Formats: sequence, C-alpha cells, structure tokens
Amino acid sequence: MAKVLMIDPGKCISCRTCELACVFKHDREFRPSAARVNVVQFEKEGISVPLMCLQCETAACLKVCPTGALKKNAATGALEVDDDRCIRCKMCINACPFGNATFDAVKNRVLRCDLCGGDPQCAKFCPGGAITYVEATSGTLAKKRAYAAKFKEALEVAK
Amino acid sequence: MYGWVGQILRINLTNGTIKKEALDQAEARKYLGARGLGTRLWIKEVDPKVEPLSAENNLIFMTGPLTGTLATNGGRYNVVCKAPLTGAMAASNSGGYWGPELKYAGYDGIIFEGKAEKPVYVWINDDQVEIRCAEHLWGKDVIETTDTLRAETDFDAKVACIGPAGENLVKFACIMNDYTRAAGRSGVGAVMGFKNLKAVVVKGSGAVRVADPDGFLEALTKARQMVRSHPVTGTGLGLYGTEILINILDQTGALPVNNFRDSGTFPNADATSGETLAKTYLVRNKGCMGCAIGCGRIVNVPDGPFKGFGEGPEYEAGWSYGADCGVDNLAAIIKANNYCNELGLDPITMGSTIACAMELFEIGAITEKETGRALRFGDAEAIVELTRQTAYREGFGDELAEGSYRLATKYGHPELSMSVKKQELPAYDPRGVQGIGLNYATSNRGGCHVRGYMTSPEVLGIPEKLDNLATEGKAGWTKIFQDLTAAVDSSGICLFLTFAIGAPEVAAQLSTATGVEYTVDDVLKIGERIWNMERLFNLANGFTKDDDTLPPRLLKEPIKVGPLKGAVNKLSEMLPEYYKVRGWDEDGRPTPEKLEELGL
Repeated sequence: MAKVLMIDPGKCISCRTCELACVFKHDREFRPSAARVNVVQFEKEGISVPLMCLQCETAACLKVCPTGALKKNAATGALEVDDDRCIRCKMCINACPFGNATFDAVKNRVLRCDLCGGDPQCAKFCPGGAITYVEATSGTLAKKRAYAAKFKEALEVAK
Repeated sequence: MYGWVGQILRINLTNGTIKKEALDQAEARKYLGARGLGTRLWIKEVDPKVEPLSAENNLIFMTGPLTGTLATNGGRYNVVCKAPLTGAMAASNSGGYWGPELKYAGYDGIIFEGKAEKPVYVWINDDQVEIRCAEHLWGKDVIETTDTLRAETDFDAKVACIGPAGENLVKFACIMNDYTRAAGRSGVGAVMGFKNLKAVVVKGSGAVRVADPDGFLEALTKARQMVRSHPVTGTGLGLYGTEILINILDQTGALPVNNFRDSGTFPNADATSGETLAKTYLVRNKGCMGCAIGCGRIVNVPDGPFKGFGEGPEYEAGWSYGADCGVDNLAAIIKANNYCNELGLDPITMGSTIACAMELFEIGAITEKETGRALRFGDAEAIVELTRQTAYREGFGDELAEGSYRLATKYGHPELSMSVKKQELPAYDPRGVQGIGLNYATSNRGGCHVRGYMTSPEVLGIPEKLDNLATEGKAGWTKIFQDLTAAVDSSGICLFLTFAIGAPEVAAQLSTATGVEYTVDDVLKIGERIWNMERLFNLANGFTKDDDTLPPRLLKEPIKVGPLKGAVNKLSEMLPEYYKVRGWDEDGRPTPEKLEELGL
C-alpha cells in the first residue's frame, strides 16, 4: 500500500533539519531557500508548521501544466517535474493553493516534493517525529485513535 | 571553499565603509572559525590594552565551518571582542538561525570597526549590504526591534540586536538573535551599544557546500544517531531541558544557595526544576538550526503577577534567580528570565549580582537608602523588578549594571562577589565539584561552565564517573575538556553534543565538510592552540597567575548543608599540576617550547 507524508506540528521543534536534509538530498549542498519543505514559524505563539507537497490525487498543478511536465511516479505516487519538458511558465506555482510548489531562480527550475524517490529525507532526519512517512491508513488511524480517546474519556466520566 | 564560504565582511562604522575580503585560508585551517578564528582575527588587528568601550575594540561575528550544514546541531556562531565585564577576551556563543543565515548570504563572519555617530543597523541581503539609520529603534526591546526590522527589510530575515541593556552599556548586556537566542556572557551587547549598532539583519539565498558529500552524510548520520540514542541528549535534555540539572545538583549537594552562603541543597529545589516546568508552564520544546536535541523551552505563564510568554529558563537562569537568590517561585523566575531576553541581559550575571546585593543587604553593608527596597533572600518580586531596573540603569539598577564585583567592592566586601576575573560563577558549587573549580579558576573568560564542563564526568558520570571530591587527576581531565570545547565552539556546532559524541565524530564531520584532513589529535591540538592564544591575550593584558583563583568563600568556608557538608575547594592541590600538564611555567605562562609546538 502507498505511504504518505504526515505532519504533526505539535511535535515540531523548529530546528529546520528537514530543510537541510531535503536540499542536501536533491542538490548535495546546503541552501534552505531551495528546500522543498519549509518550517513556517509563528514565534509569538511558539508554533511551527513544517509544510511540503502532500501529493494531491486531483492536483491543480497537474491540471494547469500545459506541457505534461508533471508525471506521477507509479511506485511512490509522487508528482515529479520533468525539467526537460517544463517551460518554466510557473502556472503550477500559481495554481497550488498551499504554496507547496516554488520556483528556484538560482537554478531556474520548479521545486516540489518528489518524496525523494520513496525515502523522504525530511521524515528520516526529523528528530521529533513531526514529519513521518507511513502507510496511509496507519498514519490516519493514529490520529483517529487519539481522537477516539476523547470519546473514551467522556464515556468514562458519564459512567 | 568547502565548509567555509570564503568571505569576510568588514564594516567600519566610523566612516561607513563596507569591504568584502577573502577569508584567510591558512588561518581558517589553524583556528577553524567562530570562537577560535574570531579571536585570532581580533588579536591580529587590535592592541590588547584597548579600552573595551572604545571605537578601537573590534566586534566580530563569526561562524564555523560546520555552521549551516546538516552536521549535527550546526546552528552556532560566536561574538568576539574585548569584554567590558572582565577585560578578558569575550567569545560569546549563540544558536538560533542567524549564524547559518549569514553563511547563506555569503559570509563566514563580519568585523565591525569604529563607532557610528548615531544609531544604525546593518542590512545584509546576499551581496547587498547597507548601513541604515536606527534612531527609530533606539530604546526598543528585542521583540519590537526584531518585528520592526523584519517589517522594514524582509519577513524571512534573521535579526541579531541589542535591547535597552546594550544601549545603556550594562556591563553584562548580551546580543540577542532570533528573538530569544543570546550571545550571552561578558557584555558583548555593551560593546555593540557603544558602537551605536542596534542590529545586524541578514537574509541569504546562497549555499554552504561540503568537500565530500557522501562522506559527510555518513559522518553526520553516525553523529546524529549517537546524539539521538544517548540518555542525556536523546531523552533528558529534550524532556526537561537543561533545568533537569536542578534536582541532580541538589541531590548531589553541590547546588549553590543564597550567593553560595548556604550551599549545597535548596529546600523546595524541585519547585524550580525542569520536571516541574514540564508539568506547569512548558508549551513546547525548541531547537536551533539543525538541532537533534531540542532543549529550548517555550513557556507561558497564563495569569498572575508574573504572567507572560517567552523562552527558558535554562538551568543557569533557573538557578541564578532561583536557589542563588533563595527564590522558589518558578513563575517569577520565568518573568525575570523573560526580561533578560527582551531587554538583553545575561541572566547568570544578573541573578548572581542580585544575590550578591541580597547578601550585602542582609549584613547591613547596603540599606534601603541605596536599594530603595528591602532586599532579602527569597524575594521573588525583587528579582523581577531589579532586572528591569538594571536594563534601564534606573535607581539601584544603575549599580547592579556594573556586575557583582564592582558592586561588592564599592561597598567594602569584594569577597562577596562570587566571580572569577570579575565574571560571575555558574550553578555548580566548586566546593562539591573540585574539577569545575579548577575550570572556573583557569577559564580564559572568567567564571564559566561552558569552557570545560567538568560537571559531566564529576557529577553525571560522562564519559566516566570521577570522584567529585577528589583532586587527583582533575588537571589532566580539565585540560582535555577545555581543549575539546574550544574546538567544538570553533566548528560551529553545539557543545551539548559532547555528552554523546567526541573528538572522532567532530574530526570526521570537519574533514568531510572542509576537505582538510583533521585527525582526532588535530582537533584537540586546535583546541589547545585556541586555549593558549586566549591565555597569551590575557597575559598581555595584565592578568597573572593571581587571577587564576576562586572567591575566598569557596576555598575557606565549608558547604553548610547536605551530603557534601564540610567540603571546600582545594584549588592549590590542582593548579600547579594544571600548569604542568598545560606545558606552562610556574607562573602560568606558556613555555616557548609549548608555543612552538602549537605554532603560536
């Protein structure tokens, strides 16, 4: 079964290790401005949210791409950019409602998560478990379990 | 270049010139970066006798070759200058994101010379560098300054700045970056304030490259696994922060209490511990760039007189405002620590100076006439209000702003300043932990725990348990800890890693990142070179072996209570041996042979 990236901002410690691991995997250098994952920080509230493309099934970027440069990797489910077909029209960047596709002006290319070919480095290096790469059902089941526990508590109180 | 980015920014604030210079590669190999290279560049260009608060005292911000990489915990940089508090060399270490951002902008470091006529800040946006007016920011605290500067420049820019304490030349003002990270000790913020430099704002879009990406990945992965699986770095510091040490030191009996007068256990110590913090005000953990530990504490006191949101306290602030002032009110400690972050003060010196004032008050050396209030140990409201007053040099705060040594001396009791070389001691009583006493006495920047953390073997048993009351062998251990620390500080990684990793892992990450082959011996030799360079600076500056000592209380008055009752520090049993293992003469001067061996 396909795995998915799951984010849990409650566990994010703002270390941005995911950004460093991401850009190093793709470019073998440390340039966070070219990372495909970003840690968005709300300093006043002490909250940080790691964000990256989570691979929409009906993807807006895919719909607007005029050249067929975005292709689904059958093994991972990730939409990957074919740099040779991409004409840098940047429509995908504008179409994505999450801001998860970006343009790297230094290397003249579109950046988006490709799940590192099935071994996403952000999840591998995240020290707090804020980013995980798990089986789709088990990933959401964990959330369901946590939420179901509240019903359990409520029912116990009612008893 | 690899590891280093190869360029230094030189900004003269007197005449407004901005120059970009190539990094001296030979010096970089010899001194790495951050603390080592920064100090080397300062010494090369400035007279050691210079007044700390003068235009001639260069202020250097320097990263290391591992800063901004995926090396474990590579988020560090150092601020180097001659220190207003001590007259010794200040190399104050900070984390956050600012140091890495400076490298992404294309600079290993910045040398600030001279003094601006009016308040300015510097805006570095990759290769565009501007000196801008900061008159509208003068007087503003760290949060408002940072917010305003991000709005004026770029929302994603990183800000290092001073608060009111730095502007008011408080002798232990720090430089804050990313809101809550501090280059904390020795008063580097006062030097920045004297130069009329309010802030340095950086945004970078460039890269840090490494020489051997595959080898580097292997080396850093191994180091990260060691850090994640070690009980201190992988579990303890993440769960409870550095405040985990409160109960450990209390149970050991080496927790300094009431200005070290009533050491070594503190009634109700647990009320100020990391465990209690986790159960009460902790919101979330926080890490610096590339951190695998997450010891930072985001905290919120929701209501009451000490209401507020912030970060910390670390163990040191938890103790200096806590046990050292006899205060067991955690909310008050958090509030005082928040003031330190927001106004730009070093909480170790601040809390300890208040503790010294409390003792002066209790013996009648100062009265309400000077202090404007009763000032006894245990006064939670006082630690908060006096911290605020100090930053603005209001009332009695004007005297506290000079640090405990000058305060106690003025009122006839220099022996009540718990300091070495005028810098206040941290939270380990050297009567109960002999080696940490030797480290305090010999630290090149005065009283300091992060120059050679002997607490690790003597209390925590890492890498092996030493008898904390024994003096034998402590000289050799202290030297190794001091040398390794100097190398770690200069690499741009976090010292806390050394609970879990050692010189082999540092050497492997340095070699693969820079392409310069560093062996374990090389790493320790670099550390020793840096240590001796700092020592030579201190000697040239008038320090002698007589300054390698501890406050008389710690040598003569035994610990009063707890399991270590009766202990004193036996420095005289360790110091001659220390000079010997360092290759120094009986007066603590490096011998010509030692200097030649180190290439100094």
